[in-house]
Amino acid sequence: MITLERRPEPSRMWQAMTPILAVVLTMIAGGLLFAVLGKDPFEAIRTIFWDPLFNPQFASYSRPQLLVKAAPLILIAIGLSLGFRAGIWNIGAEGQYIVGAICGAAVGLAFYPTEAIYIFPLMVLAGAIGGTLWAMIPAVLKIRFGTNEILVSLMLVYVAEQLLASMALGALRNPDGGGFPGSRNLQQYPSAANPELIAGTGAHWGVVAAFIAVIAAYVLLNKHLLGYQIKLTGQAPRAARFAGVRPNVLIALCLGISGGLAGLAGLFEVSGPAGQISIDFNSFYGFTAIIVAFLGRLHPIGILLAGLLMALTYIGGELAQFMLGIPSAAIQAFQGMLLFFLLGVDVLSNFRIRIKRKQVA
Amino acid sequence: MNLMKTLFGAITAAAIGGAAMAEDPVKVGFIYVGPIGDGGWTYEHNKGRLAVEEHFGDKVETVFQESVPEGADAERAMTQMALSGADLIFTTSFGYMDPTINVAANFPDVKFEHATGYKRADNVSTYSARFYEGRAIQGHIAGKMTESNKIGYIASFPIPEVIRGINSAYIHAKKVNPDVEFNIVWAYTWFDPAKEADAANALIEQGADVILQHTDSTAPLAAAQAKGGVIGFGQASDMAEYAPFPRVSSIIDDWAPYYIARVQAVMDGTWESTDTWDGIGPGMVAIGEITDAVPAEVAEEAMAMKAALADGSYHAFTGPINKQDGSVWLAEGETADDGTLAGMDFYVEGLTAEIPN
Repeated sequence: MITLERRPEPSRMWQAMTPILAVVLTMIAGGLLFAVLGKDPFEAIRTIFWDPLFNPQFASYSRPQLLVKAAPLILIAIGLSLGFRAGIWNIGAEGQYIVGAICGAAVGLAFYPTEAIYIFPLMVLAGAIGGTLWAMIPAVLKIRFGTNEILVSLMLVYVAEQLLASMALGALRNPDGGGFPGSRNLQQYPSAANPELIAGTGAHWGVVAAFIAVIAAYVLLNKHLLGYQIKLTGQAPRAARFAGVRPNVLIALCLGISGGLAGLAGLFEVSGPAGQISIDFNSFYGFTAIIVAFLGRLHPIGILLAGLLMALTYIGGELAQFMLGIPSAAIQAFQGMLLFFLLGVDVLSNFRIRIKRKQVA
Repeated sequence: MNLMKTLFGAITAAAIGGAAMAEDPVKVGFIYVGPIGDGGWTYEHNKGRLAVEEHFGDKVETVFQESVPEGADAERAMTQMALSGADLIFTTSFGYMDPTINVAANFPDVKFEHATGYKRADNVSTYSARFYEGRAIQGHIAGKMTESNKIGYIASFPIPEVIRGINSAYIHAKKVNPDVEFNIVWAYTWFDPAKEADAANALIEQGADVILQHTDSTAPLAAAQAKGGVIGFGQASDMAEYAPFPRVSSIIDDWAPYYIARVQAVMDGTWESTDTWDGIGPGMVAIGEITDAVPAEVAEEAMAMKAALADGSYHAFTGPINKQDGSVWLAEGETADDGTLAGMDFYVEGLTAEIPN
């Protein structure tokens, strides 16, 4: 009989191994899925993981796109990981991302068509503030009334989506857009645009911000008192309180930081790759970032790698769709498997598998 | 950006040069906004793709990507398709307009065809169908069939194409039934079965016994079927699985002849940037079978209108027609010009709703 025995403390070896194991298991299960669909599983896996990076036909374009796709995921996941470590569950990053984009774009569009160097920095500020304020709603409700931040932040995503639709149709709609919903294209408004900083690298300000966030989170967690308090609260809430952690302040800080970073990600996306506020501007970055945060073990460097890996499955998945004719739903299932297997094999870091003989009565 | 352009240029030049030398098949790409199994818009575009494959056999290779969001992801999907050596790419949704123009600028040797848009370039054509001709027939049937005199209309986005359809259907419903009222719900999506079903149910609750839709799924027909006593029409595709009731007829988009002609033009080296807007006459718009649920005389009238639209003896927008504010749009016997139709941003007289803005 197989039993699970809780380890006295999580195994460090397994904690490092589970993400890799999850990726391998995803490849195997995904390969089976593709085989059932009548596709060559090895070719499919190669197209998803190898071609975007090394196929001479695509790599020069796909590699920079990797950064474009990974940057918002990393930026959001870094913020989320701080809260997750402290047991504060912000599930609504998607909403904060949307509101950050709306606020930032609104500031830029308000200045249209003035050209000035201060416009973009103001937009960045507005994006961060917008995301932070949206995240403060669940924070304040939790502190004041003890509501569940998971539910409140998640529900606020749907509110944000409605707000986005109304902005794309109303206040921010392009007056020269022929009636079609959507704002002016910020890429075509130099003072508000977030272009590629070095041609051919894909790196825009959002990529820079993502790298800064990774470094800052690393320093915060390892060298700063706040980082210590976050970790302690997650591991032993009672002990943390004795050590002088004020839980309410920590709730506000964690939700505020994660909201602010999600808002920034939204602003960089709307002023860069997306270009405009449109009804379906949000593309699940806020939810995918949750997978990225866990896949990266809530560790800044891990999140950096996980974000790049996730971006790779997106871009490689698109290649696989039209090169091999794999349906988009199968690619989404493949990505979902990643989180599924990660959570599944996570058992190994907290539990030990014991094989016992059946006791004879 | 210049470096990128040169790089792209070099890669595509190499790819195309290689293709021409080896007599490789012409590679045709399709970007779809919905899944190919949507049963409507994308389904019909994919049927056009399959027709291209069947017609040309080994001389073509087709690729497609489905459910591509209209935004930054669309640009990447098109670029990757062009990098993979596609010679001709059809981008089949209005929202792909700016991405198509952007990507086309990077790949001067790849031909692009954008459906339902209005921006063209040397290597970007546009094409669309005169769906409003089909809407006229639908409106006629709807006006005759409704007993509650309330017709529900599930609209997608407030763009000229959709507004044109509402006007055309309303004018012809009103012509045969002066008491008819249109109740319009904006779904703000091309394909979202859940939202479309909600919209249909809301309209039925408000008394509509005919549902017209400008969204792509069969969910409104399913809602009509569940309710009973409510009729609807196939949109973009025949949706014959709901015939003979609640689906009493349909507007079918037939892209196959156009796609075959355009691929042929690329093969012959005669491809040019054009603007195509075809209707019932050339066969880009077809009317699905009118079922027995519709009285024979109504079906006959509808078929007569179809014939008149096809041979050009009747235009779906023939005056006298006033705009919603009462001002004269078309005088007696005057027909609408394509320019006004292409940019239509107003309702005709009698519609009580407002176009959202």
